[in-house]
Amino acid sequence: MDMFFQQLVNGLTVGSLYALIALGYTMVYGILKIINFAHGDILMIGTFIGLVLVTKFHLAFVPALLVAMLITAIMGILVERIAYRPVRTADKLIALLSALGVSIFLVNFAQLVWGTATHPFPANIGGDPIILGEVHIGILQIWALGVSLLLMAGLHLFVNHTQMGVAMRATSYNVDYARLMGINVDNIISVTFAIGSGLAAAAGILIGVYYDAVYPVMGYSAGLKAFTAAVLGGIGSIPGAMLGGLLLGVLENEGAAYLSAGYKDAIAFALLIIILLIKPTGLMGRNEQQKV
Amino acid sequence: MLELKDVVVHYGVVPALKGISFRVEEGEIVTLIGANGAGKSTTLKAISGLLKLKEGSITYQGGSISGKGAHMVVRQGISQVPEGRGIFANLTVEENLSLGAYTRKDKSKINENLKNVYERFPRLQERRKQVGGTLSGGEQQMLAIGRALMATPKLLLLDEPSMGLAPLVVREIFKIIREINKMGTTILLVEQNARMALSVAGRGYVLETGQIISEGSASELRGNEEVKKAYLGH
Repeated sequence: MDMFFQQLVNGLTVGSLYALIALGYTMVYGILKIINFAHGDILMIGTFIGLVLVTKFHLAFVPALLVAMLITAIMGILVERIAYRPVRTADKLIALLSALGVSIFLVNFAQLVWGTATHPFPANIGGDPIILGEVHIGILQIWALGVSLLLMAGLHLFVNHTQMGVAMRATSYNVDYARLMGINVDNIISVTFAIGSGLAAAAGILIGVYYDAVYPVMGYSAGLKAFTAAVLGGIGSIPGAMLGGLLLGVLENEGAAYLSAGYKDAIAFALLIIILLIKPTGLMGRNEQQKV
Repeated sequence: MLELKDVVVHYGVVPALKGISFRVEEGEIVTLIGANGAGKSTTLKAISGLLKLKEGSITYQGGSISGKGAHMVVRQGISQVPEGRGIFANLTVEENLSLGAYTRKDKSKINENLKNVYERFPRLQERRKQVGGTLSGGEQQMLAIGRALMATPKLLLLDEPSMGLAPLVVREIFKIIREINKMGTTILLVEQNARMALSVAGRGYVLETGQIISEGSASELRGNEEVKKAYLGH
């Protein structure tokens, strides 16, 4: 039983990070109906920004996290302006290619500036783990889980209890109807990219600290897992992304513990396939209305 | 109040409106009738800014509104109830109504409007915490009209308010349309149900494949042989 609870803690930690990243995919998809394939790379840039703030500007961890989130949020807005807005009315395939272009650009940009090597992330937030029976909860796990849950709670409040949040959900339901309400959809899209990118930066930094590794292609695996989590929960659904992330994290860790660690990724993607076969809209997705 | 001049709208290369012109004066109910695919909804979308004009102009209260984005047109006092009602099925009744007042910043006026909408549609108040998707068709139409009224529009564009509703509910909706007009809101009503439309409207235009083929007072149109044959069913 101890192993079960230990893996539950590990799974929730990783899962909460998946969830943070998945939110960016799902929010953008909800409004634009495109998958932002550069999302993982935006996360990577955000992580490097956090690293630079800590190592070069000697900021403490929390201020560095917040400033990196802010800068990455602005970067997200710019990416949308430059790469997605001009092709918004074009075929979705064009936007997809544009996303891949951004992805390639960001990775190469990072390799140019920071090299291809893996950098450690000296966050200086060590401390003794909490020990409950045989279950160890590391201080970094508490940080990852705590920051993620705090950010998700904040997002939940924003989306459900502010006028901008309601407008965002309305736009995600139907862009034209939202415009008829007087909602400036361009602004909503900018805010969506800002929030998604800011959350990705937070997740990236927490991942960088947790594994003590930051490198230019770190966005691929994180992005792929989070995308899986978003689809699992129901792409377009904000609570779905949170649920999907946590569920994916827990199941792949429990699976790795009880079956074999080598099957970790296989479990994640097998889960995705099973869910898609049984419930193609994901756990909390709604059926898209087809407009004629 | 509103004037369209030689408005041409294309969907891709397909012309949907081939140069239509008409006017709506302050305080009127004007109806645009015609068969499915005649271009009625397209006309409303062109006015509200959802569609771009290829040619022609739309002026409203003396100023041009052609080429302005939809979210700017609302701010000038034009609200549209779109075809199929356009409610947000994932939002509560109250959230739907609050979005109707999205462009307004004066809290007291918003609350007053909300009170008026709930007085006019008590069913909406009962269901204010329910999501829009769980309402019946008639309730959804009431929500759509109530939501448009939250913006205190000067001109209300109604797209097929009778669509998919039982005759009794249709009569109720049209009674409400008349009341809203009496309170001072100008109405442009698009309808396939020509009989109902001509019973509330003062004037009307008949649209056929993107062109206006006939116009006149409601009683003239009711008496017009062609209109009778094509749209009134005898």
